[in-house]
Amino acid sequence: MKGYLRQDGRKGIRNVVIVAYLIECARHVANEVVLEFREQDVHLIGFPGCFYNTYAFDMMSKLCTHPNVGAVLLVSLGCEGFNREGLAEAIAATGRPVETLVIQEQGGTAKTIEKGCRWVSQELAALSAQEPVEMAVNELVIGTICGGSDGTSGITANPTMGRAFDLLISDGAICIFEETGELIGCEHYMADRAATPELGAEIIRCIAKARNYYETMGYGSFSPGNADGGLSTIEEKSMGAYAKSGTTEIVGLIKPGDQPLTSGLYLLDVIPDGEVRHGFPNINDNAEIAELIACGAHLNLFSTGRGSVVGSAISPVIKVCGNPETYRRMADDMDVNAGRILKGDADLDEVGVEIRDLVLAISSGQKSKSEALGHQEFILTYKTFDPIGPACLPNVV
Amino acid sequence: MNDEPCANIILLSTSDNVVVACEQIIAGSLIEVKGVTITVQSDVEIGHKIARMDINLDDKIFKYGAPIGCATRTIAQGAHVHTHNIRSDYLQSYRGQRILSKEV
Repeated sequence: MKGYLRQDGRKGIRNVVIVAYLIECARHVANEVVLEFREQDVHLIGFPGCFYNTYAFDMMSKLCTHPNVGAVLLVSLGCEGFNREGLAEAIAATGRPVETLVIQEQGGTAKTIEKGCRWVSQELAALSAQEPVEMAVNELVIGTICGGSDGTSGITANPTMGRAFDLLISDGAICIFEETGELIGCEHYMADRAATPELGAEIIRCIAKARNYYETMGYGSFSPGNADGGLSTIEEKSMGAYAKSGTTEIVGLIKPGDQPLTSGLYLLDVIPDGEVRHGFPNINDNAEIAELIACGAHLNLFSTGRGSVVGSAISPVIKVCGNPETYRRMADDMDVNAGRILKGDADLDEVGVEIRDLVLAISSGQKSKSEALGHQEFILTYKTFDPIGPACLPNVV
Repeated sequence: MNDEPCANIILLSTSDNVVVACEQIIAGSLIEVKGVTITVQSDVEIGHKIARMDINLDDKIFKYGAPIGCATRTIAQGAHVHTHNIRSDYLQSYRGQRILSKEV
């Protein structure tokens, strides 16, 4: 495996140029720059809100300095609340080339697009000269998510991804699983797997927070498609989702943007702290994928039963399809056919090894299906978080 | 002894009172669970659940060996187990018109 060495010692499996809009009003300009460089690893991310939000700033800082990112172009309208100077400084401090274009100062849309394209072109040339270095499995951070789940996800795709997690962790990788709002009902099983009783208590508290949050919103994280696919309750969906975590000890509970440093399995708490505000915690799967990437995920394993097609900016997504009928209809979008287990054509362990091997191949440069199809979805919304408590990372002195 | 072929299902834990369809199962098909042959009472899609035994009102539903809700009516052995006869012990689920219209 080869990676791109960054100044902080981390290595990336891609060398992406990010074009980031700092307000919805700058999105079109940023997107026009990205469209000039199709299939050249230039990705669009951004924050649409005009009003400052600490979480959004931290997320953008972590994303723009992710090991898969080689250079960053910031596109600002000029009057929004985002701290563009602070973001540019944070990026520059990591040794990455960064440029800020303020549309109101540049003289409007066309001039900003032209200048942005020139800068990206020059940075792509510089990045292509960068020699990759050796990279090992114990330098990888892998996330997992499920989307478009059905009654097959929890018995095929999710447990096979859990087996891949077990294999990757035994080789020293950092693995992160999440959606605490979709682990409601599993809190005591997870607490039993926590490295310390104090961490177990934190996990139970964070799931109670998720339940309270969704109760206030009126209903749980459960879509009509989940029910069409045979799932009846949130705790049934949760038990299926929980299988993604494999069988190893849970060594930490983190929040978006917290970056684990030592090998093992981490749970990502994605439910905001404090009073319920800003609406639904995660309005779609990409909101969670962006948070996993902000925690350092080089790539994400994504299980689906109904058939999700999304990918992501910055880090590739590997699709593991749990439903053999969905796979038959949508094979071009799916990297792994875990649904064949239902036909008796493979077992969980075999598919787990297949996923682990695919993680290594895609980390080595092979494109995942969603990546090759050009999927680069991204979304970032308002949230509020408190820092994690001391019991959440018991192995960190 | 019954010579008819049994449809493909999975029992995830021996303590479960439901099984999961591994393929679409047509009403009247037979399934075999731990030596017990059961007649499936209605068409069941892949990934959906079938009662392995008679279930009483308010009984817990077990899948993966874990409780996933409770019965909102009595459920006969072989019946489709879903949102029309079980509910969450945690949070209600949003169900759009196309789901509601399916309910009896």
